[in-house]
Amino acid sequence: MSEEIKMKQAAHFADYEKSKLCCNPDHIKTEDFSVFYGDFEAVKKVTCGFPKGLVTAMIGPSGCGKSTLLRSINRMNDLIPRCRAKGKMVFADEDIYRQDIDVVSLRMRVGMVFQKPNVFPKSIYDNIAYGPRLQGIRKRIELDELVETSLNQAAIWDEVKDRLTSNALGMSGGQQQRLCLARALAVKPEILLMDEPTSALDPKATAKIEDLIAQLREQYTLIIVTHNMQQAARVSDLTAFMYEGTLVEFGKTKEIFTRPKKKQTEDYITGRFG
Amino acid sequence: MNLKTRKLLDRSFSGMGLVAIAVMAMALVVILAPIIGKGAGAFIFRGTIEHRKVMFNCWNRGNPDQMAEEIAQTDAARQPIYELISTFEAELKEMARTDRKPYKQPLRDLKKAVAGLLGPTPGARTPVLMRQQYGATRKDRADIKLDEILYTEEWDYSNPDAMGVLVKTPRAEQFAGTSLEPLFRTLEKNIDAMLQTHLTFYWQFLIDTSKDSHIFGGIGPEVLGTLYLTLGAMLFAIPMGVIAAIYLCEYAKEGRVISFIRTCISTLAGVPSIVFGLFGLAFFLNTIHISDSKSVLAGSLTLALLVLPTVIRSSEEAILAVPRAYKEAAMSLGAGKWHTVLTVILPAALPGILTGVVISMGRAAGETAPIIFTAAVSVGRPLLPLQTLSQPTPALPWNIYNLCTEHEAVDEIRHVQFGMVFTLIAIVLLLNTVAIIMRARISKKLRG
Ligand SMILES: Nc1ncnc2c1ncn2[C@@H]1O[C@H](COP(=O)(O)OP(=O)(O)OP(=O)(O)O)[C@@H](O)[C@H]1O
Ligand SMILES: [Mg+2]
Repeated sequence: MSEEIKMKQAAHFADYEKSKLCCNPDHIKTEDFSVFYGDFEAVKKVTCGFPKGLVTAMIGPSGCGKSTLLRSINRMNDLIPRCRAKGKMVFADEDIYRQDIDVVSLRMRVGMVFQKPNVFPKSIYDNIAYGPRLQGIRKRIELDELVETSLNQAAIWDEVKDRLTSNALGMSGGQQQRLCLARALAVKPEILLMDEPTSALDPKATAKIEDLIAQLREQYTLIIVTHNMQQAARVSDLTAFMYEGTLVEFGKTKEIFTRPKKKQTEDYITGRFG
Repeated sequence: MNLKTRKLLDRSFSGMGLVAIAVMAMALVVILAPIIGKGAGAFIFRGTIEHRKVMFNCWNRGNPDQMAEEIAQTDAARQPIYELISTFEAELKEMARTDRKPYKQPLRDLKKAVAGLLGPTPGARTPVLMRQQYGATRKDRADIKLDEILYTEEWDYSNPDAMGVLVKTPRAEQFAGTSLEPLFRTLEKNIDAMLQTHLTFYWQFLIDTSKDSHIFGGIGPEVLGTLYLTLGAMLFAIPMGVIAAIYLCEYAKEGRVISFIRTCISTLAGVPSIVFGLFGLAFFLNTIHISDSKSVLAGSLTLALLVLPTVIRSSEEAILAVPRAYKEAAMSLGAGKWHTVLTVILPAALPGILTGVVISMGRAAGETAPIIFTAAVSVGRPLLPLQTLSQPTPALPWNIYNLCTEHEAVDEIRHVQFGMVFTLIAIVLLLNTVAIIMRARISKKLRG
């Protein structure tokens, strides 16, 4: 990690502090946060905060570490052997990388939709009810209601309401992705991490998901990874641009897309590379 | 590589595959056909009145009135034979001593041969051994016994350079010119009336206990013992194996210790089964005294150890084959490790685990060496479930071996041996079929 990058980041952080939307405190926050796969540093000393109730979009070229950073927010990287994190990640006044943290309850509060749809080989109903059941909800009526609202929220209820008992693997890729979204929502998390949630969807379903994001905005803190610039511009309040593991620029979406401060950001947004 | 060679290669590969499958199928037919053909003989055969007598006397099967009638008919048909013999005996008494002598031994032999076919002479004292209380119960045996009456057999070793030759001479020659001579023709002519053979379907062979060391009756205790041993072994091996596999895949940190344990498991899979048998004897019976004598429990534990490596290995493969995405999904929803294993990983791995179970079950059912010292006896009663904790049992693999090597009248019970082999294979196939159907069901449910 060179001095130069460090300085850049410090400067950037100051910018961010100034530009921060005054009314929303940070819901989750990183300080000098790095992630390593073995010796390879996939995320390099990132310092930023994701304000409560807002939508943050993460953009950047492929392989720049967006998924890695996103997955480390609810410690999904723990599952990868040889993957370790350095620095701080603060959520609810606690560093979630402390030894004694309860990862299970952290993951219930920070939900996630993965880049590739990963439905269970169970019925659609059981997929959605999996999270609530974990939380101890057993009553059929309650579960039914949760399943219906979650599927409705994820804009897929109409398509699956007649076959809730059939296997989820029988659905199309786009449907599976929305099912994963519904499944994450059924747990009622505070923060929802979405890794390219619309990459497998047709324009209509994409629009539905974007509407949903707008709706969820108030109740949840949303962090979305996307390769679609228009989407980032449409749905997010804040945008983070990452490049080769570093956070290059972080600020209000409007500003990033109209007057980016960094040359790299401008080049990426205007499609000159990446 | 051009298109032509590629096509040629494709074709030759599929051709080779077909040949391999054809060879397999042929081997299967060559092996199974005689087993089924001969084994079926234990269940379906031409049974004589003697068979029905055994059934009636030992298991109370059959209609008493009809039995009495049949017995009366056959006795009537046999009467001339016994009359001829007693007439001849009376004549002998009248003869001079020197005239009488040459007939003495042949007559004794003849009477013995007749008893082999028809059972003891009416009115004579009942013999002690059950096998002497009844005549030939099966048509195939009856034919052989009849042959023994009609002919005497002698080995001719007169030419020292060649192998001995079997010489058959009609017994009638020994009694030429006496009043006994017509006996042989009468016997041959009326044999059907004397035995009343019917086509018999003796399915109770599967559940009957054996009488007089397998000469009569069925193989019920052996079948039950095999089931006890197999299921008992699985009862221990499946939970232990699956839990070990879960630990190895999900909990253990890769390292020296784990790779050492893996090596041990592979080695265990290659240990000869007789060694397991001796270990079972030395450990379960002699060291921890799990039961006072050999017992089904000790045998099951030994068999469980034998199949454990297979179960662990296949479960491990199955668990590793579960996509990591499932695990991630469960974890991201807030499931703990144990919960993830129970609700997501195990259900998805179940078909693979069952494959291992199928293989192990076949092995446990058929293994002989591990149960010789720990569980098997040659003759015994069927056990109640609780008795398995302390008592030994007959079991098919051991009894097949035992009948072949140690039975005093092997020729009499060939059909029992074939029946046992057939039944053992049928049991293994049946257990496998059940597991395969279960696996298909589960896979279908998983695939949607
Ligand atoms: N399990 C892993 N082991 C080792 N290296 C990994 C692993 N996962 C990701 N990486 C590396 O970390 C870097 C960042 O990967 P990441 O998946 O976070 O990229 P990304 O920004 O999400 O890309 P994309 O837009 O293509 O999804 C890449 O260089 C990748 O090769
Ligand atoms: Mg990614």
